[in-house]
Amino acid sequence: MNRRELLKMISVATGTALIGGHSLVAFSALDESEHDFSAQDIRRLDELAETIIPRTDTPGAKDAEVGAFMTQFVSACYSAQERTLFQHGLAQLEARSRAEYGQEFLALDEPQRRALVDALDREARLQMDSASDPHYFTMMKQLTLFGFFTSEVGATQVLRYEAVPGRYDGCAPYEEGEPAWATT
Amino acid sequence: MANNHYDAIVVGSGISGGWAAKELTEKGLKVLLLERGRNIEHVKDYTNASKEVWDYPHRDQATQEMKEKFPVLSRDYALNESTMGLWADEQANPYVEEKRFDWFRGYHVGGRSLMWGRQSYRLSPMDFEANQREGIAIDWPIRYEDLAPWYDYVERFAGIAGTREGLEVLPDGEFLPPIELNCVEKDVAQRIEAAFDGQRHLIHSRVANITQAKPEQNRVDCQYRNKCWLGCPYGAYFSTQSATLPAAMNTGNLTLRPFSIVTQVLYDKDRKRARGVEVIDAENHQTYEYTADLVFLNASTFNSTWILMNSATDIWEGGLGSSSGELGHNVMDHHFRCGASGDIEGYLDKYYFGRRPAGFYIPRFRNVGDQRRDYARGFGYQGAASRQGWDREIAELNVGAELKQALSQPGGWTIGMTGFGEMLPYHDNRIALDHSVRDKWGLPVLSVDVELKQNERDMRKDMIQDAVELLEAGGVQNVKGEEGDYAPGMGIHEMGTARMGRDPHTSVLNAYNQVWDAPNVFVTDGACMTSSSCVNPSLTYMALTARAVDHAVAELKRGNL
Repeated sequence: MNRRELLKMISVATGTALIGGHSLVAFSALDESEHDFSAQDIRRLDELAETIIPRTDTPGAKDAEVGAFMTQFVSACYSAQERTLFQHGLAQLEARSRAEYGQEFLALDEPQRRALVDALDREARLQMDSASDPHYFTMMKQLTLFGFFTSEVGATQVLRYEAVPGRYDGCAPYEEGEPAWATT
Repeated sequence: MANNHYDAIVVGSGISGGWAAKELTEKGLKVLLLERGRNIEHVKDYTNASKEVWDYPHRDQATQEMKEKFPVLSRDYALNESTMGLWADEQANPYVEEKRFDWFRGYHVGGRSLMWGRQSYRLSPMDFEANQREGIAIDWPIRYEDLAPWYDYVERFAGIAGTREGLEVLPDGEFLPPIELNCVEKDVAQRIEAAFDGQRHLIHSRVANITQAKPEQNRVDCQYRNKCWLGCPYGAYFSTQSATLPAAMNTGNLTLRPFSIVTQVLYDKDRKRARGVEVIDAENHQTYEYTADLVFLNASTFNSTWILMNSATDIWEGGLGSSSGELGHNVMDHHFRCGASGDIEGYLDKYYFGRRPAGFYIPRFRNVGDQRRDYARGFGYQGAASRQGWDREIAELNVGAELKQALSQPGGWTIGMTGFGEMLPYHDNRIALDHSVRDKWGLPVLSVDVELKQNERDMRKDMIQDAVELLEAGGVQNVKGEEGDYAPGMGIHEMGTARMGRDPHTSVLNAYNQVWDAPNVFVTDGACMTSSSCVNPSLTYMALTARAVDHAVAELKRGNL
């Protein structure tokens, strides 16, 4: 394998390593409780992800089914403690939506969702400097970005991907606006 | 019972075992190649070679269940969805860590030749002389000149991409055209060259990826997918499956027996020769005996020594080769993950096409010429420059279309590198049998007691400082020195435990890798290393193996074995 890549772990655009990803700390064992996500949870996560990565002239998070991916990743890769944080986060998101807008998250219109997500992003960044536990929004944002850009839709329609490049050019011209390679 | 006699038995089918099988069969010997794990057939069994990251349910990350099954592998990047099935089962194959030792094993046909990093460098004359000159451990029984023609030989067959640089510390070889440096690396290379008066060099990494097809081996040149470790459908990198095994098979002289755990070398004390090996069938747990005139142990560094420790114990309590007092001792690895990284301004109109299975290399310069330090030996760096991708942080953008737009385009250029440092051979860094712990087949396991010592710790500081200095001299901004997690074993370059030498009282093997106490037993994997150099070792195992086979067959014909 290419060990030069190891100096950087996946930071996933959130200033912190991918939670549930490769970690050098001891993991907590699987617990017995099922961490089922409801269809409603997946819809919430889809809408949250779409607010972070919306469909524009190219596909967005929902097109890449990021909500379902998040639940799959959290269920299998997160530690029990991380899963609990994530699930409490979903409840907090809902509570916050009701407190501030008087309705559930899924009922918010686009500007309301964006305003709520902007606020959460600010809080999550602040928490990164002060607390040891990650903010639930940090978890959701990094899984959105990771899930989107590693999906087939994200990698091939938003980024560029060439399955069999066939050659290497280390000095290719680049014009601003051209998409990045999905993997290097 | 079927005929269980062969001219030669090779134990292990990884990089060195594959070479032993190829060389022996091509010289006309009937060979039995024993492999403890399952078979993996070239191309057909590379189940993940054409999968993409989105084909894995967790996008190639490790699940909690995987971490529980592979507690050792989970310490590092090697635990992921795409390489599952290529690492030894940790429950069936336990070992004891007196101190933390990360042992990453590949128990299948091809061994770690399927997953290896492919960096291929020659040891230098200085490497073979260092022990003697510095009074450390014992002298190598061979010099660079002894091995040079064999490096030529194995490079021509394996196919190594690289450039001839004329450096004493890193001898040139028989290279295929290199895998290009990108434009940022080229400019950094020039600045380093100028800043250090031509005493330090950033060169193309030398890798066992072919840049020209080898039709005679049915191998296509590299397609720049950078998925080598999953098995290459093009046969573009050297592995047992792509190169040595088909060559051995083509002779009609090879029998491959997977699921065959060798438990001991059978020793004939009257003739002072091995007469064969004992095998447990991993599937049916039956025991078999195979006899042969020659036995090559290529079971991987620790396992070749494990076999010796279990052999001829009625004569030597510590096993075959233990009369030296050195069997199991002098474990080495390459310590790494000390380096630096930073940003390169500009080049925003430049990018790359294709995914390289390579990068750059900075050969050792410490304790060479007048670049002296208080510690012994030195280190080399491996690294690469690239443009940042979607995983970069953009502080001024939080969410939404602007963030998506920005992350969809490449970011600025960054460059990073990590040092690979030489580890000295210390007698008390050792492996031993632990009879209180047994594997799935009831066999005693190894306990490992290895640590870095002061020389390595001092070197690691320099590996960081020098990386910072080199990158800054190369015009890199915001350079940050970095030390990542490292424990012995993590380099996956375990070496030593049955070293070569000039004296049977201080070494296990002679100058041709023959066990002093049983000259028809050859050990030509990493176990034989007398010192570790700082360069990736696999190419040296290939050359030592080809050389040892040449000697073995000549001696056999002379009636000396």
